Amino acid sequence: MGRDKLMDFDEALERFEPVLGFEVHVELNTRTKMFSAAPNPAHSANHDAAPNTLVAPVDMGLPGALPVVNEEAVRASISLGLALGCRIAPSSRFARKNYFYPDLGKNYQISQYDEPIAFEGSVEVELEDGTVVTVAIERAHMEEDAGKLTHVGGSTGRIQGAEYSLVDYNRAGVPLVEIVTKPIFGAEHRAPDIAKAYVQTIRDIVLALGISDARMERGNLRCDANVSLRPRGQERLGTRTETKNVNSMRSVERAVRYEIQRQAAILAAGGMITQETRHWHEDTGTTSPGRPKSDADDYRYFPEPDLLPVAPAPSLIDELRAGLPEQPVVRRRRLKADWGFADIEFRGVVNAGLLGEVEATVAAGATPAAARKWWMSEISRIANADGREPGELVTPAQVAQLQRLVDEGTLTDKLARQVLEGVIAGEGDPADVVASRGLAVVSDDTALIAAIDDALAAQPDVLQKIRDGKVQAAGAVIGAVMKAMRGQADAARVRELILERAAQ
Amino acid sequence: MRHLGVLARIQLSDEEVTRLTGQLDVIVDNIAKVSEVATADVVATSHPIPLQNVFRDDVAADVLTVEQVLQNAPEAADNRFRVTAILGEEQ
Amino acid sequence: MTAPADIIHLTAADLASRLSAGELSSVEATTAHLDRIREVDGDVHAFLHVNERALEIAADIDRRRAAGETLGPIAGVPLAIKDVLVTTDMPSTSGSRILEGYMSPYDATVVARSRAAGLVPLGKTNMDEFAMGSSTEHSAYGPTRNPWDLERIPGGSGGGSAAAVAAFEAPLALGSDTGGSIRQPAHVTGTVGMKPTYGGVSRYGAIALASSLDQVGPVTRTVVDAGLLHDVIGGHDPHDATSLKESWPSFASAAREGASGDVLRGLRVGVISELPDSGFQPGVSARFRATLDAMAAQGAEIVEVSAPHFEYGVAAYYLILPAEASSNLAKFDSVRFGMRVIPHAGATVEEVMAATREAGFGDEVKRRVILGTYALSAGYYDAYYGSAQKVRTLIQADFDAAFAQVDVLATPSAPTTAFRLGEKLDDPLQMYLNDVTTIPANLAGVPGISIPAGLAPEDGLPVGIQFLAPAREDARLYRVGAAVETLLVDEWGGPLLDRMPLWGGMA
Ligand SMILES: [Mg+2]
Ligand SMILES: [Zn+2]
Repeated sequence: MGRDKLMDFDEALERFEPVLGFEVHVELNTRTKMFSAAPNPAHSANHDAAPNTLVAPVDMGLPGALPVVNEEAVRASISLGLALGCRIAPSSRFARKNYFYPDLGKNYQISQYDEPIAFEGSVEVELEDGTVVTVAIERAHMEEDAGKLTHVGGSTGRIQGAEYSLVDYNRAGVPLVEIVTKPIFGAEHRAPDIAKAYVQTIRDIVLALGISDARMERGNLRCDANVSLRPRGQERLGTRTETKNVNSMRSVERAVRYEIQRQAAILAAGGMITQETRHWHEDTGTTSPGRPKSDADDYRYFPEPDLLPVAPAPSLIDELRAGLPEQPVVRRRRLKADWGFADIEFRGVVNAGLLGEVEATVAAGATPAAARKWWMSEISRIANADGREPGELVTPAQVAQLQRLVDEGTLTDKLARQVLEGVIAGEGDPADVVASRGLAVVSDDTALIAAIDDALAAQPDVLQKIRDGKVQAAGAVIGAVMKAMRGQADAARVRELILERAAQ
Repeated sequence: MRHLGVLARIQLSDEEVTRLTGQLDVIVDNIAKVSEVATADVVATSHPIPLQNVFRDDVAADVLTVEQVLQNAPEAADNRFRVTAILGEEQ
Repeated sequence: MTAPADIIHLTAADLASRLSAGELSSVEATTAHLDRIREVDGDVHAFLHVNERALEIAADIDRRRAAGETLGPIAGVPLAIKDVLVTTDMPSTSGSRILEGYMSPYDATVVARSRAAGLVPLGKTNMDEFAMGSSTEHSAYGPTRNPWDLERIPGGSGGGSAAAVAAFEAPLALGSDTGGSIRQPAHVTGTVGMKPTYGGVSRYGAIALASSLDQVGPVTRTVVDAGLLHDVIGGHDPHDATSLKESWPSFASAAREGASGDVLRGLRVGVISELPDSGFQPGVSARFRATLDAMAAQGAEIVEVSAPHFEYGVAAYYLILPAEASSNLAKFDSVRFGMRVIPHAGATVEEVMAATREAGFGDEVKRRVILGTYALSAGYYDAYYGSAQKVRTLIQADFDAAFAQVDVLATPSAPTTAFRLGEKLDDPLQMYLNDVTTIPANLAGVPGISIPAGLAPEDGLPVGIQFLAPAREDARLYRVGAAVETLLVDEWGGPLLDRMPLWGGMA
C-alpha cells in the first residue's frame, strides 16, 4: 500500500467543493433477529455469545428455512424513521439482494430496495461550535446483517494474504436499519465536523429511542462515508469514493478529512478518482483502495417472495410518533440549561459522546458537576488507556452510587478511585467493592487515636511544636497515620484529632 | 453467458457455454412473449394470495445447538465454518 | 388377519379403520409395505431412502394404541415423503448430488405434523433435481419408472411419490407442486394428486424451488385419502409468513360427502375455450370429454369460459420460476453443508463455490439458474421478471372472471400420457410445455386436483382430469373430485389401478 499524496486541507477547500453522503447502519437491540427467532447478539444480554450459538435455520440458509419478520424490529424502524423526520411508506416491501459471500448464509441479503419503510426526512445536526446544519435523509430501510468472518494466516488478520477464513453466523440476521442521506452540499471546511456530528446525532437519536445500544466499537453503529470533490464552479458531481465501516466518531471525521486531501491531490495533478470502496485504517489514519465498482455488482434485486408487504396502520404511526423522544438539538439545549454548565464544559461532554451517561448519572442521584467530573476525568482516562468506550466500563447507577459514598464520607476521593477500579475490574457495584476490598474510610475514632498515639510516640516533638503554634508540624503525623491506615482514613478528621490532642 | 456463469457462481465448461447459449436463445425467444400483454397499466403480482403485515413476536425460539449448526459442515474449526482464502471483499 | 398382498391394496382410509378396530397392527401394515418396496422398487426406483426406523415407529404407535391413547384418524398408516421435504431422521437431497447425505437438524412442518398424527415415514421419494422437471429423469440418483410401463416416465418432479403410491409401495405420499409436480405425475400414473391453495399448507422445510409458486400437497390413490392427509398437514404455520391463517373445513369429510352425495347436480363446470382438444393427445381429449359427458349425465352443467391469458402462463412461469430458483439455490455453495469441490490447490473460496456448483448441479438446474440469473439481471428485469409478474395479474383476472360463471374449471391434467424415458430430454422447451394446464393454478395460487379419468385407447396408459376452484375453496375440489371418482370407478367396475398390467389387480 503506497503512501497517498495529500493536499493541504485549506488549499483543497480553496480549489474544490466537497460533497458528502453517509450510509449509517444501525443494529437494533431487539431480543431476537430480524427474520429469525434466534437471540440477537446486538442485544446486551447476548453480545458475549460463543460462535454459532445464536443461529436459527434461516440465519445460516438451511434448506427449507423461511424468514418471518420481527414485529418489534418493524416498530423500531418506524420510530427511527419518524425521529429522522421521514415519511412512513403506507406500504413497503422486502427485496432480495443477490451476491455470493461466505458470511451470507443464503447468498442473498433480505433488504428493502424500491419500497423502503421510511423516506424523505431531515435531521438537525449541531456542530462543535454550536452551528446547526440540516442534513436531508433520502431513506431509511430495514435489512439484515451478515455473519462474521475471521481471516487466519498471513500477518495482518486482514483478508489479503489470509490462508483461510472462519465463519460465525451469530451476527447473520441481526436487524439493521440503513439510513441514507441525500448528497450534502455546502459543507466546505466543516465537512469533517459535519461527518462527526451527523453520526453523533444518529447515535443520540437511537439511544434516546432505546432501539440500539449504539456502541460503535461493537459495530452497533457503522458508517460508510461517501466523499466526492468538484472543482469550484463545476455543476457536475465528481466521482465519489465510499469509505466503509468507519467505527468511531473521531474516525469518521478523520476519514472524511483524509479523503478530501487525497482526492484533491489526485485531481490537482490531473488524475482521475476511481469509483471504489475504500477501507479506513485506524492505526495509520489513512484509507486504502478496496473493491472497484464493476458490472459484477449486479445484485439482481427482486421482491422477496417469502415475505409480505409491511403496511403500518395510521394509528400505529400515530402511536409511535407520540412516543418519540425530543430531538437531540432540543435536548441538548434543555440539559445545558438544567445543569448550569459553562459552554466549554457542556461541549466537552457532548464531544466526548457522554451526554447520555451524564444524564443517566444525574437521574440516578448525582449532582451534574459530580457526574461530569467522573465521566470526563477518571472514567474517560481509563477507557482511553484501554481503548474502550467509557460507557462500557461502568453504569451511570454505579457512578452515582460511588459519588454518594464520597458524599456520605464513606470514601475519600482517593479511595473512590480505587473503588472505581474495582468496579471496572468486574468486582461488582461500588458498595460491593468497598466491602470486599475493605476500602471504607475508618470512621472509628478509637482506631484513629491508636494510630495517632503510635505516630506521636515515634515523633515526640511534634505535639510541642503544635502547642508552640507550628500547626503545620501536624502534617508529618497525618502522613504517618494515613500510611498506617493504608489510606482508609479521612485526613481532615486525623488532623482534627491531632489538634484536639495537642490542646489537651 | 460467461458473465451469467460468474453471477450465478457456476464454473461452466466451454461445451456448456456453447450448448446453454443455444438453448437459452430458443427459450428466451419463447418466453419473451410475456411483454406482449404486460402493458404499463397492469400491476405486477408478486404473491398469489395477497396478505400483509405478517409478523412474529420478539420471543426467542428455533435456536440450533452448535453441533446442529456444524453437523453438515464440509470443514469446520473452532466451532466455525472453515473456507479457503477469500479473494474479493465484502459488499 | 389380512394377508400382506391385501394390506398394500387397502386405501389409507380402510387401513386406518382396520388399525383403529384392532384388526391390523401398524407393524403389519408397515411390514407389508416395506416388503413391497423390497419386491418392486428395484424396478420402479420410487425411493431414494427407506427408513430403517419405520418398524420401530410403527411398533410405538401400536403400543400407544394398546395403552388406550387417543390417536389421530390415520395413525399407524405408512407415508412416503418426497425428498424435497427435510427430515431429521433421513437424508434430504432434493434429488441433487450437491446435497448427497445432507441431514437436516429440523423437520419440515408437514413432516412434523405427519409424525404427530402417527403416520409412519417409510422413506424419501425420488424427484427431479430440486423439483425441476416433469419426468423425474433429472434426478441425480437415476430416474423413477412408471409402474404402468417401466420404459415410461412417472411424471415429475414428484415421480417418486406418484410411482410409490401407484405401485402400492405406500398408501399415502407427500408431494410438492410448483407448476404441476403433484398433478402431472398423478395424471401419468393413474393416481390422485392435490395442489392446495397457496398458503394452505406450510412450505417450512420444503427445499424451495420457486417460493411464490411452491405448495406441498397429498399424493394418494383415492380422493378421500388425499383429504385425510391434507387434514393432517394443512393449516396455519407461524414459520411460513405466506401461510394462511384461516381455519379449514375437514377435507376428508368434504370428500366423503362428495362420494356419497349429489354434488354434481347443478354443478357448473367451466371448460376453457383457449385450450382446444387439438392441443392434446387424442386419447387424453377423449377421456376428458367422456368424463365431462358422465358428469353432465349426473346433472352437471358444462359451460365454455374464456381464459385469454392462460396461453402466456408457460412463458411467465419459465421466467418466474428460474428467477426465484436462481436465488433460492444460491445457498448451495459448499460453505455450510453439502458437496465441496476443490478445483486445485490453493483455490479461493470463490473458485471452490463455482467448481462445487458446476459439479453438484445437473444440466437442467444449471440451465434454469442461468436463465433466472439472466431474467433478473440489470436491464432485463422489467422486460422479463416484471412482465411475468404482470401476466400473473392477468391470469388471476381470467380466473376471477371464469369463477364468476362456474363453480369449478376442468382441464385435462396434462397434454399427453406418459412418454418414454429419454424422449424429451434433449428438448427442454418441449418438456416445459407439459405443464401448460397445471401452471395457471400455481401462478394464481388457486387449488387444483388431478384424479384418474381412464386409459387412453391408443396406448392403454392413464389419463387424469384436473379440476380447479377459487382460492380457499379446496373443499369444493374434494367434493367434486370424490363425486367424479365414484362415478368413474362405478363405471369401470373398480379402481383404475386394478388394470395396471404389471402389478395391478389383486394379483
Ligand atoms: Mg449500502
Ligand atoms: Zn445495508
